[in-house]
Amino acid sequence: MNQIVNIARKELNDALRNRWLLAISLLFAVLAVGIAWFGAAASGQVGFSSIPATVASLASLATFLIPLISLLMAYDAIVGEDENGTLLLLLTYPVSRGQILLGKFLGQGLVLAVATLLGFGSAGLAIGLLVADVDMTLLTWALGRFMLSSILLGLVFLGFAYLLSSQVAEKSRAAGLALGLWFLFVLVFDLALLGVLVVSEGKFNPELLPWLLLFNPTDVYRLINLSGFEASGSATGIMTLGGDFAGSGWILWGVFAVWVALPLLLAYVVFRRRIV
Amino acid sequence: MKAVQLQAVQQWYGNMQVLWDLNLELAEGEVLGLFGHNGAGKTTTMKLILGLLRAGSGTVRVLGSEPSHPDVREQLGYLPENVIFYPQLTGRETLYHFARLKHAARKQADDLLSQVGLDSAAERRVKTYSKGMRQRLGLAQALLGAPRLLLLDEPTVGLDPIATQDLYQLVDQLRQRGTSIILCSHVLPGVEPHIDRAAILTQGRMRAIGTLAELRRAADLPVRIRALGQGMSEFESQYRQHGGYTRRNLTHQGIEVSVRADKKLPVLREMLSQDGLTDIDIQQPSLEELYRFFMEKSPHDWEKPTLDSEEISSDSEKSSLNSELSSVDAPTGGVLV
Repeated sequence: MNQIVNIARKELNDALRNRWLLAISLLFAVLAVGIAWFGAAASGQVGFSSIPATVASLASLATFLIPLISLLMAYDAIVGEDENGTLLLLLTYPVSRGQILLGKFLGQGLVLAVATLLGFGSAGLAIGLLVADVDMTLLTWALGRFMLSSILLGLVFLGFAYLLSSQVAEKSRAAGLALGLWFLFVLVFDLALLGVLVVSEGKFNPELLPWLLLFNPTDVYRLINLSGFEASGSATGIMTLGGDFAGSGWILWGVFAVWVALPLLLAYVVFRRRIV
Repeated sequence: MKAVQLQAVQQWYGNMQVLWDLNLELAEGEVLGLFGHNGAGKTTTMKLILGLLRAGSGTVRVLGSEPSHPDVREQLGYLPENVIFYPQLTGRETLYHFARLKHAARKQADDLLSQVGLDSAAERRVKTYSKGMRQRLGLAQALLGAPRLLLLDEPTVGLDPIATQDLYQLVDQLRQRGTSIILCSHVLPGVEPHIDRAAILTQGRMRAIGTLAELRRAADLPVRIRALGQGMSEFESQYRQHGGYTRRNLTHQGIEVSVRADKKLPVLREMLSQDGLTDIDIQQPSLEELYRFFMEKSPHDWEKPTLDSEEISSDSEKSSLNSELSSVDAPTGGVLV
């Protein structure tokens, strides 16, 4: 346990040192405030519109951004240490591979969590203080759920990053694969699903489709954040398929938890087999 | 308890065999030089001892346990051949990080930094370090905790002559404290006085292992004697018919004679009784020469290792030497492999 903390501590220090933590927090804060005030600009309004609309817009944007940040932060976690020769060294220390992986997960996960809470939290605070008669309970609940699920989404892709990083021999290859993975989950998957819908011309069992969304962690994330609002009209595109899950939030959280654990577990399996 | 014990170890990378029947023992407080060309299997042997690789067959024991055991790793220091460390951390931060992982005190990290001469550079980022400075940081890192076994892979690469001497002095000090050390390298200049035994690996096989004296006897390379003085140019030995004897005149009234080790003293006596002798200089075969001998001796043996014994017994002098050698207590004694 102690060794996990020691590894995590270094990751945390690194993030403070290279100002990742600061940069991500600022980015999140600016984004959240911007969306809250100008999110409705398309419909000709400027200023805070509504909590569901704000959270929905935030979630759509975070779906792209958070996986990218996670992958960028962690793609070189293993292969980078290998290239620096420090992985070889670490493995001759009384540290197991599992401890190295968990330590990095803990450290970088904490960085993401702190940045999310700082960035989006401060934006929430600004909304709560500056907007007149906003429903504080709804804001706290919706934003809290958004922040928690954002952290989990970040953890999912940290796991994916470790998986790639444990598999490849060169840092540049890990970077390329990370980009590919990001593309797959945030763009290609939904497009492919829509394509299947169109091509099958309704012959595809419509009962099955919502369940297919669960195979994409970013869709699970969006489903979580779009459900529960009375005016569900904010769901657009492929998300309308997820309407069936509106009442089954616990299933979504459960699936999300599996998504956090699965890539990390796979990363461990691959890392254990890695020859240093 | 032996610090390191390798028995009949074979190792493969995929289909390629990289180690053949490797036997190696290291006593506590012993310093072993492990020499070989690139790809000879030095690093593979190191990795087996470090527990980074599992032996394909045979057994590896380190400090009495499995090499991957956490207790073993607590007592083990390793200087890798190439380590860049974390470029964004300072030297001190780097060493603190490794100290925490090895449960060593910060105080020790500070002391080690000054011991390896990085005091003034300790607050600079490692990315500004030269190769030699990184090497010293690596050395400091290897000494964290109280290692009972040290593995140093090419420790003198990038070090200037003074730093190299410092390193060897450190090796001597550590040996006196009972630390076992493996120095792994191409031939190291000036390493002879600091190692107890040398092991020579080529193509994944142990060609020779023993003290330098034992290796010299096994190789039976000629000793060079230079005798200076008026009248030495007329010197002729009664052993000139013996194998390995050569003689040449030097420019300044002197000669250089090469003789087999067993005729060294008789020839010396002859020289000493010669009139007009002013100086004598004896050159034993150096580690480099021994290394070259064992490297070049073997090419055709690699394919047919069984030929080894026949070849040696064809030379009666050698075979008697060989039996004498193998009677020296087996594992630590010098054995032609």
